[in-house]
This record gives sequence, structure tokens and C-alpha cells, in this order.
Amino acid sequence: MDIDLITNILYAMIRTGTPLLIVALGELVCEKSGVLNLGQEGMMLMGAVIGFIVTLVSGSLLLGFLLAMVAGVLMSLIFGLITMELSANQVATGLALTIFGTGLSAFIGSDFVGKPIDGLDPIFISGLTDLPIIGRMFFGQDLVVYLSFILFGAVYWFINHSRPGLILKAVGENPHAANAIGLPVFKTRYLAIMFGGAMAGLAGGYLSLAYTPLWAENMTAGRGWIALALVVFASWKAERVLLGAWLFGLASILHLVFQGLGFSVSPNLLAILPYLATVVVLVILSSNQTRSRLVAPMSLGNPFYAKG
Amino acid sequence: MKRRQFNKLVTGLAAGVCLTALSSLSVQAADPLKVGFVYVGPIGDHGWSYQHDQGRKSVEAEFGDKVKTTYVENVAEGADAQRVIYNLAKTGHKLIFTTSFGFMNPTLKVAKQFPDVVFEHATGYKMAKNVGTYISTTFEGRYVAGYVASQVTKSNKIGYIASFPIPEVIRDINAVQLALNKYNPEAELKVIWVNSWFDPGKEADAANAMMDQGVDVILQHTDSPAAMQAADRRGKYAVGQASDMSSFGPNAHLLSVVDEWGPHYINTVNSVMNGTWKPKANVEGMKEGAIVIPSFNDSIPADVVSHAKELIAGIKDGSVYPFAGPIKNKAGELVVPEGSSLSYEDLEKMNWYVEGIQSDIPK
Repeated sequence: MDIDLITNILYAMIRTGTPLLIVALGELVCEKSGVLNLGQEGMMLMGAVIGFIVTLVSGSLLLGFLLAMVAGVLMSLIFGLITMELSANQVATGLALTIFGTGLSAFIGSDFVGKPIDGLDPIFISGLTDLPIIGRMFFGQDLVVYLSFILFGAVYWFINHSRPGLILKAVGENPHAANAIGLPVFKTRYLAIMFGGAMAGLAGGYLSLAYTPLWAENMTAGRGWIALALVVFASWKAERVLLGAWLFGLASILHLVFQGLGFSVSPNLLAILPYLATVVVLVILSSNQTRSRLVAPMSLGNPFYAKG
Repeated sequence: MKRRQFNKLVTGLAAGVCLTALSSLSVQAADPLKVGFVYVGPIGDHGWSYQHDQGRKSVEAEFGDKVKTTYVENVAEGADAQRVIYNLAKTGHKLIFTTSFGFMNPTLKVAKQFPDVVFEHATGYKMAKNVGTYISTTFEGRYVAGYVASQVTKSNKIGYIASFPIPEVIRDINAVQLALNKYNPEAELKVIWVNSWFDPGKEADAANAMMDQGVDVILQHTDSPAAMQAADRRGKYAVGQASDMSSFGPNAHLLSVVDEWGPHYINTVNSVMNGTWKPKANVEGMKEGAIVIPSFNDSIPADVVSHAKELIAGIKDGSVYPFAGPIKNKAGELVVPEGSSLSYEDLEKMNWYVEGIQSDIPK
């Protein structure tokens, strides 16, 4: 393998990992507040279709990305209203949101299949992009990838070093105790859900506006589910979410690169590796109950009823 | 009830039934033929199901109000398919097309219950009194694409994004390699399996991975135009699959191998209307207008385009056949001797690579 090839692999790794990273960061914040939203796939698809249509009609990528995020937020609010106001089961509601988003995006987008747009171009930073190996990886990407670096830093700081982050975690660990000392449980959870929706919308928009600038039904092809698994895989830690997303990106790129180089490894085997790793980690985590209690937000998936 | 009254009633009823029967007969003559279509994917995939739906639309355009078409999309292969097909038959559809391999057994089961309904199943091999099959020979188009690729490549590296290692896909890869063997033996075919019919992101990743390794022409047996876009961005060439993908890469688009189901659907509707329909295995290709190459990129040298057109003409008149011997397998053993060729039945079971392909078929 020469230097160019390694440079290209690392570049593609970040690019492939970016949509996963963005969704997973949103879901991380959401789950930290004790809410499990399985509707990522549906919210991503809505973001993808709205972002694409807006950009196609208006010609503005910025507007496309913004409205993709708005679409994600609106979808997440449906989830929020049903699980918070009506105290519905979060798992069932999340699944319903995915099915709803898949169908609705297909319906809205049916007239926009087969229409191309000019996608987001990479931005090169003179001097830095030409660095060997890491140049293109960190400085030859498009704006959303750079944004994902910033988002990671912001989420990391927010969860680990900020007071609102502490409130978020308190609400996720024990909403009743948080409520008792006067923390706004509902507001915190709503904001967390909306952040998750915005990130899913952004990631969906990234797929339809930058990664593959086109709209096709179900174009997310399961990335929302992978992101959900990543959050568990990362045991609810932002830095591990970053690592996991990029590792997943690397795994999915390598299995294509190796085939091109003529290695005779079964692509089926390589294709299941990321999923296999996720399952193994899940089994290990759940085998030790106290361990899994330590990492998962204590009241994840439980509805909160305000008493009194 | 008195006997006379009863007789009256019976007569009245009988007359009523006769009248109804008569009127329904006369109405039937003017009634449109109801035609049902069952799709495995969404019609918005811009690929397989999309092209079938284009075929349905051409039936509507051809027959106007003499037909009434219905389609059901996103039908899972298996028990759900049987329910969908049953419902179509039950609601008066007299001709039903089921357009995916996995609909084969459900189609046959429902066909048994509705002997007066005509069924046609795409890409399968089982038939019945009222069930025919149809499939198109995409390898003809791929052979022409392989020839054009062999002439325009500068790096002598050609990429192929493949979905699943089933005979249909292996057959088409072989058709491309046979074209390379004949027209540019120096060219190398790199095959990447993505284990999906439709994942735009992954198809683009595969295209980029190949271009990183020096590939400058990309062919695909997956359904999204993502690879076409990726090639266009990097100034390379690509060949479209199933539908015309020229709008996704005006510079990259060498040609598209398009499935035109319309002619077959129109013929079938005609024969059902005339009462001449008979169950048979329809294998249709360029000759029947089922496989079409609508356009060639302006940047392809004129002599290459004209030779490609000669190939198409040859395939149509039968003088060119991609799988005519001599053909050697990957190990160099002569499998098809000079003078004989692989039949369509052989191709349906193809599970080996021809000489020249470096990688192995995944197990």
C-alpha cells in the first residue's frame, strides 16, 4: 500500500463515518436525558428528502441543510409529544416514527427521484490539505465534516464539563430526584429530543446534499440503526461515539478497498464485521448487570410522570 | 306459499338472473381489462421497480381506457406477496405481473385458485397453465458496455460494482470480461461486491475506492446512480444500469443499459385481450426492444460508437453472441469449445468466472 492509498482510505473513513457520528451525537444527548428514540432512520429520511427538495427548488445548499434540520426537529417533536404528554412507550413510538418517516419521505419525494443537484464541494485549506496522510483526512473535507468535528467538541464539553450537561445527566439518571430539587425534567427532555431530531435531519441532509447528491427512497439504508447501536457500543461516552463512528467508517471502506486490491476475503464476512462487533460488545456489556447499570443512563426508556 | 306464486317467483328470479347475466356480459365487453403489477421495491428507486412502472405507464399510454392498471410497491417476498397477489386476483384483475424472483411460488399458488386469470412472473423458471415467465438478457447490453469501456480506458483498469453473487450477476460480469478479452486483453476488471441492490452511500464508496486504485471506467449491477455521480465528480467514466442515468453525470455517462419492459407488457396485454395468450418463457433482449442503449457520450471516438452500433445490430440479428465458444474458465480450462455456445439455461445456472478475472466469486 502506498502513501496515496492510505491517505485516500483515511479521507474516506472520516467521510463515511460523518453521518453516523452526527446522528449518534444527537442520540447520545437524547439518551443521556433518559429518552430512547428509535426513530433516527425516519428523522434522517425526512431530513434527506426535505433538504434535497429545498435545495433543488431554491438552489441554496445552506437553506437545504437548515430546513433538513427543521424537518428533523418537527419529526422529533411528534415523538416528544406522544412520549412525554401521553406517556406512550418510547420504543414503540420510536419504531412508529421510523416507519412513518420512511413512508412520508417516500411520498413527498416521489416527484424528485432521478433529479440531480450540485452537491456540497470540499473546502481545501491551503498548506494543510497537502500534508501527507492526515492532510486530506482532516483538511480536505466539506463543511459538514468540519462541523461534525466542532459538534463533537461541543457535545463532549456539554456533557462532561457544563452545568446544563449535569442537569441533563441528572434527568436521565433519576428524573424524580431531579424533579424534587426543582430541575425542569420536561423541558430538558424536550430539548434533548429536539437536538436529536436536528442532528438526524442534518445527517440525512448530508446524505442527500453532499455524500450522494440525489434523492432516492430509503437512501439512508440503515445508517440510523447503526448509529443507535453505536451509542450503546460507545457506552454513552462522546469520545467513544467518535471513535466508533470512524471505526465503522474504516471497516466499511476497508472491505471495499481490499476487494479492489484483489484480496480473497469473503465480502460477506467483512460486511458483517461491524455488526458482529456491536453484538459482541452488547453481550459483554449486558452480561454483567452492575457494569451495564453503571454505563447506561439509569432511567433510559422510562416515561416520567410528574407527581403532585 | 302457493304453488303458482312459487312458480311465478322462480320465473321472475330466473328472468332476473338471466337479465343480470346478459347485462353483465354486455358490460364486460366494454369494461377495461384490469392489469395488476406487483413490485418488490419502491417505484422511486430509479432502478428496477422504477423501470417496471415505466412499462406499466406505457401500457396505459398504449391502450388508454381499454385498460385499468393497478400497482402495489414495496411488497416483501414471501407470504405477504401471496396476500397481495390474491387480493389483485380477487378484485377482478385478469392479468397480473409479478416482478421479482421471490414472487415465484406465491404467484403459482394464487394462480391455482384463479384459473381464468393470467399471471406473468419476471425472472423465474416455474410455469403453469395460466403462468408464464419473462426475463431480459441484460448481458447483451453489458457486452457492448464492456467493449466501449475497453476502448475509452486509459489506465486499463475497469471497475465493476456488483450486488450479490447470483448467476444473473456473475453472467453479466463474465459478459464484460469476454468483451475485454476480445477487444483489450490488457485491461483488468476489478470487481467489488457491496452486498446490496440499493445503498447509494455504499455504491459511491465503492466507486471512490476503485478510482483511488486507478480505475477510470465504472460499471455497476446495483440500482442507484450514486456511482455515476462519483465518477462525474472525479472526471472518470461510468455506465448506467436499468434506467437512463445520463442526467446524473453528463460528462461521465458513457451509456446506460436500460430495461424497457413496455414492449413486453404491451404485447402481453394485446394477447390477453385477443385471447391468444399462452404460457411460455419469454427471454427478450435487444432484438425485442427489451434492452436498449438510448445514447452514447459525445466524447467516445466515432469509430468506437459505430462499432458499438454494429455490435448491437449483430446481437439483434444473431450474428454476435457474447457467450459463443471458445470460452475458458478462470483456471484456463476450455469450457465451451469453438463452434458451440452457452444456452440460456446454462447462463441461468452460471456460477463460474471466465478467464481473465483476477478475483474469486465470494462464497
